[in-house]
Amino acid sequence: MSRYDAIVVGAGAAGLTAAIYLSRARVKTLVLDSGMAGGQMNLTHEVANYPGVSTLSGAELARAMKDQAQSFGTTLMAHADILSMDLSGTVKRFEVDDEGTFEAPAVILAPGGSPRTLGLASEESFRGRGVSYCATCDGDFFADQEIVVVGGGNSALEEAVSLTKYASKVTIIHEFDEFQAHAYAIEEARANSKVHFLMNQRVLEIAGADGVTGVLSREKRTGSETHTPGTGVFIFIGYVPNTRWLEGHVALNERGEIVTDDVMATDKPGVFAAGDARVKRYRQITTAVADGTIAALAAADFINEMRRHKL
Amino acid sequence: MLQTNLEHIETVDQFNNLVRSGAKVAIVCGRMGPMCVPVYGAMEALRDKYPDVQFCDMDFDTPTGVRTIRSLPEVRGFNGLPFTVYYSGGRVVAATTSIQSKAQIKAIMDSKMV
Repeated sequence: MSRYDAIVVGAGAAGLTAAIYLSRARVKTLVLDSGMAGGQMNLTHEVANYPGVSTLSGAELARAMKDQAQSFGTTLMAHADILSMDLSGTVKRFEVDDEGTFEAPAVILAPGGSPRTLGLASEESFRGRGVSYCATCDGDFFADQEIVVVGGGNSALEEAVSLTKYASKVTIIHEFDEFQAHAYAIEEARANSKVHFLMNQRVLEIAGADGVTGVLSREKRTGSETHTPGTGVFIFIGYVPNTRWLEGHVALNERGEIVTDDVMATDKPGVFAAGDARVKRYRQITTAVADGTIAALAAADFINEMRRHKL
Repeated sequence: MLQTNLEHIETVDQFNNLVRSGAKVAIVCGRMGPMCVPVYGAMEALRDKYPDVQFCDMDFDTPTGVRTIRSLPEVRGFNGLPFTVYYSGGRVVAATTSIQSKAQIKAIMDSKMV
């Protein structure tokens, strides 16, 4: 059993920021992440709107945050699979596969989100075999081929444009009549002659046998069905919070987001939440950093209060 | 050379010698992108847990990659990086495409590499 003052679950922007603040305050801090440090920042090719930094890759920003947290004494455990946890007592406990049990009086939950899927069996069966969630990783497999991009936000439009470096044609299939992207992203996509649009669609199936041959969708008003040819399907339809494992442990809303007050406190004493997994309107690196800061300060206050009362 | 702490397979001869030795080998063939780096990290994290397995990487964009892992029938149809191939007794026992979690890798090791 290893004892810490605070355990942070999640090493994305919120979790790493919390770790920086906690460790600088001499709070003995452990960060657990099921993958590698950085979270969704690692999927961001270019971060152009982080204040004070003109441009850098998401991976570079993630590495800088990780190094900073560790420089202040944070213990970071990547690829840590949590087998069980108990958030109910004065001391919270986590059992980590192959690593042992860790406990602390204060916990910050910053598990972030995962790419939302269409929820189709055909999508799952073609994952890595025509269905992808990373244009920079897999775009060049489809050189001179037709690609379908599903989605209508900034990521979908920006990645569709980037995929025109490889594809002969990119068709964006979106579920609404209008895009939910910034004007600049819409303008850039519309100006690209390789990008085509199919709006107000519900995707029914990723078609194909040995490989993907296209996407079958239905127009939501008319019911007419369209088969859009393509050997690659890139899906950018947002993120879902990584909170299923928290059901029954802390209060979640109907979308699975962690409910907190204005100092990031959950309904469990000593348990705080930060970042994309909590209830919030805007999800950016900067808002995650803000959440992590507040959660860390509140957690530090909680720990100090406990020490004062010798709990 | 990929920036990992895994053993790097850089030549076809090195690959052939490793496979023909009959050793248990896990090879991650990829780049340094967001789907590949986590897999290298997971493999590094598992080295101590599976001391009888050699964990290796291979650069996807090299002639060695083209002539070995990328030519395997088991990866036909793969177009998600990385391609991860598991060998035991000189044969491919499993192959996966795209990102894999540590838990997914362990499941393969425990079922196919015993």
